[in-house]
Parts: sequence; C-alpha cells; structure tokens
Amino acid sequence: MPIAPDVILFVVFALIAVVSAINVVVQSHPISSALSLVGVMGSLAVLYLLLGAEFIAAAQVIVYAGAVMVLFVFVIMLLNAGAEVKKGRSFMVQLLGVPLLVALLGLVTYFVQRIYSPRESVHFGGFTGGSAQDIGHALFTAYLLPFEVTSVLILIAIVGAVVLARKEMD
Amino acid sequence: MDAFIVITLIKALVVFAVLMTTLAYLQWVERKVIAHIQVRPGPYRVGPHGLLQPLADVIKLITKEDLIPPYVNKPLYLVAPFLAITMALLSISVIPFGPVIEVFGYKTAMQLTDLNIGVLFILAASSMGVYGIALAGWSSNNKYALLGGLRSSAQMISYELPMSLAIAAPLLISNTLSLRELVQRQDGSMLNWNLVHGGQIVSFLVFIVAAFAETNRVPFDLPEAENELVAGFHTEYSSMKFASFFMAEYANMITVSCMAVLLFLGGWVAPWPAKYGSSLAPSLIFGSAGLVALYHGANAARKRDKYTFPVFGVVFLGIAGIFLLPMVQSWLLPLFWFCAKTGLILFAFMWVRGTLPRFRYDQLMAFTWKFLFPVAMLNLLVTGLVVAWVS
Repeated sequence: MPIAPDVILFVVFALIAVVSAINVVVQSHPISSALSLVGVMGSLAVLYLLLGAEFIAAAQVIVYAGAVMVLFVFVIMLLNAGAEVKKGRSFMVQLLGVPLLVALLGLVTYFVQRIYSPRESVHFGGFTGGSAQDIGHALFTAYLLPFEVTSVLILIAIVGAVVLARKEMD
Repeated sequence: MDAFIVITLIKALVVFAVLMTTLAYLQWVERKVIAHIQVRPGPYRVGPHGLLQPLADVIKLITKEDLIPPYVNKPLYLVAPFLAITMALLSISVIPFGPVIEVFGYKTAMQLTDLNIGVLFILAASSMGVYGIALAGWSSNNKYALLGGLRSSAQMISYELPMSLAIAAPLLISNTLSLRELVQRQDGSMLNWNLVHGGQIVSFLVFIVAAFAETNRVPFDLPEAENELVAGFHTEYSSMKFASFFMAEYANMITVSCMAVLLFLGGWVAPWPAKYGSSLAPSLIFGSAGLVALYHGANAARKRDKYTFPVFGVVFLGIAGIFLLPMVQSWLLPLFWFCAKTGLILFAFMWVRGTLPRFRYDQLMAFTWKFLFPVAMLNLLVTGLVVAWVS
C-alpha cells in the first residue's frame, strides 16, 4: 500500500516538533532554547495547514513564531543571558524522574484514548472549515463570550504591565 | 497535471531570474537617483552610464574573501543571512503581477501561487525575517552588531502593528485575503482603487511610513546607523553573506512596494479604462523617451553621448512599438501598469533616502507608539463603521 503524502508530511513535521520541543529543554543557552521553540511553533503551523486550517496556521506563524518569540529572543539578547551551568541532579530526581515521566505519559495516552476514541482517520482535504471567513463567523457567533472575555483578560494584562513598569520607574 | 508542473516551474524560473536582475539593477537605479539628487553623475565608469556596475559588484562580492571571525557563534552566524534572504524572497511567490492569461492555449495566472490567505502569508514571511537580522546581530559577538540587531528587532515589532492595522482597513473594504481577488475588486479604473473608492489615504500613508521602518530604510535605518554603529547588524559579515543581507533589504523593499500597489493602487489595473486610451499610454511614454534620447544624441553634449543616446533612443522606440502589437497587449499592458506603480513607490523610497535625515531612536519609538498606532487604529475603526453602515 503506498503511503499518502499527507501522512509522510505529518510524520516529518511531527518529528521535527517533538525533537525541537526536547531541544528546548536540553539546550543550555537561552537563545538556542528560544530558537528551538520557534521550530516547534513552525512545525505546529505546518500541522495545522495539513489539517486544512490555513488561517490558524498563518496566525500561528505571525503571532507565535513572528511576534511572541521575537520578543523572547529580544529580551534574551537585551539581558545578555549567558549559557546556563548544569548542576548535578539530586538523589530524588535520579531515582524518580524517569518512572514519573513514563507514568505521566501513560496516563495522558490512556485518557486521550478514552475520551477521543478513534472514529475515523483524518485525511488530507477532509476538513474545509478553516478559512478566515469560517473562523471569523465562529468567533463572533458561537464563541462570542469567550472571545470577549479573552480580550478583557489581555487588556487587564496590559494594564498590569504598565502598573508594574511604573512602580519600577519611581 | 504534468502541464501544471511544467508551467509552474517555468514561471518560478522566470520570476526568480527577473527578481534577481531587478535586485541587482535596483541598486544601480538607487545610486543614480541619489547621485542626481546630490548633483553628481553617480556610477559612470563600468559600461555606458555605469550600466554594467551591478555585474561588476556581483563579481566583486562573489570573489571576495569570505571571512568568519573566530569569536562568533558559528551555527547561528551562518544561518542568519540565509534566513534573511529566504524569508525576503519567499513573499514574491504569492504576488500577482497580472490577470489570467493564455499561453499556447493553456490558461495560467501571472502569479506563482494564489493562496486564499496571501496577505497573511506575506505578513508571516516578513515577521520571520526579523530573526535573520536579530540573530546576525547577536551571533556576531560584537557590541555594535548586537546594538544594531536589538534596535532592528524592537523597531520591526513596533512598526508591524501600525502596518497590520493599515493593511486591515482595505481588506475590510475588499472583503478578501487573496491578493488576486483584492485586485479584481478594484477593477475598472482609478475610481475603484481602495485609495480613492475606499478613501484609504490615511492607511496608505501609515502603510508607507511603516514600510520604510520595516525595511530599515532612511529615515528609519537606525539598525545600521554608520556614524554610531559602524555598519550595525552586518558589521562582521563579508562577501556573499553581506550580499545576502543587502539583497534581502532590496527584496523586502520590492515586496512592500508590491503590497502597497496591490492593496491601495489597484494592482495591474490601468488608471483609466482602455476606451479612453490607457492602452496607448505606455507607447506614448516610451516613444517620447526615445525621441528625447534621439534629440540628445543628435545634439550631444559629451563625445560619448553621440553613440550611446541613439542606441537608447532606438531601444525605447522599439519598446513603444512592441506595446502597440495586439497579441502581446493582453499581458504586457497589465504588467506595465503593475511595474510602473511599483516603480513609482520604489522611487519614493530612494527620493526619501536622498532627502530626509535619520530619526533619533526615542523619536522613532515615540512616533510609532504615540502617533502612528493610534492613527491606524482610528482609521480602522472609522473604516469598519462605514463598511458596516453601507452594507
């Protein structure tokens, strides 16, 4: 059976996302970690695109990879943060780290399997409701309240940032 | 399917070749324009009127020693110019240059690909381009380069906001994110352009100002202010790596000019309908340029002009003749109008460079946050209200 191109693309970009995500934690220099996070965001955008959600994919690149992460990189550069020094791990971490991680992953897999039991496999072009019009329509009808609440939340965050910055200046 | 792949490959090759040549010659044009603003001849030695100067520059940049300083962060130092040029060239793939045309019985659009999120694609590519500059500054391990990289990332994040808001206003009017449909909604004449029909003069000006800052051009070229930062973020780069940053800057300039034309000036649509003779305008322009060149060739001020001007005159008259041929008019005329409008905005870029001094850094930041951003916001609000009221 020939493998469909969307499956190949999914596997490639899912692998890139996972490897970059691990790299975020493994790298000792903040800039390298931040750039790995950009890799995660970028491959997530490709996965969205594969699912047919082109607007979400573009927003993912513009907002996360393009704005949030640039700000991260900017702050790291501004503070001139150096490479972190690796400290020895404590006895508890050495003993329990790996088993706990495996247990957590197992639990997550179990519940995902329970809640989202496999219905039918997602395939290329199977979903067409990802255009800007559809998203806009959904945001302003079905999800109007969460949308407005989120915007108020962001406003509060901005006001909070201004208040904190002002306190620093006095 | 096969024909589609072949046609797409040919189109990609043509667009790439034309873009690369334009990048090289845009620099010649810029040097000439600035030179004439400052009352000096500009490049003059290599070829007639310095026309072979870009070729000489390319050879010089390729054959120069490629120096990698020992104190740089090597992987990021090597990735940065590559990132900058890739993101800059990527945007051209969604820009439509003309309508759907027929070549040997095969219908194809004068565009590499028509995404229904074309506008967002360009925004995404340009926002990723910041990494090239920021990383170049940081990985060079040099205080001037770092300051340049910091300045440019702060500047590009700040000016992206008014730019996006200025883009959103014409999108509200045209009700689409596809660049091709955007132009189709402005079809007819000048009166249907978003600039005139939608009254988007404010957002056009905001867009142009933000575009100057996004491309790090004078008066917003703080990232490479030579009198305080040596050469800014590309201080430690030489040879082709330096050239990549240079090409990226010019490619970004071309992209934002194309965007301005597509969003506000009706893309390839002629300023007035063909029944009032807009199809004769290119021939008229090139024809009169040819006649002027012939006249100056006959009354040569310098000895060499006796040979160069008649050649240019004949070439221009030939181009004027080509524009009159009915079989090429269907695709040549839209292309002419698109290039003419884009060229006008590119000329404005050079004009401003020859005219305005540089901003101070705090002025630059205060200008975008305290003036440009509120103005763009207000314009978007008013446009939204008007669109809602009309529909």
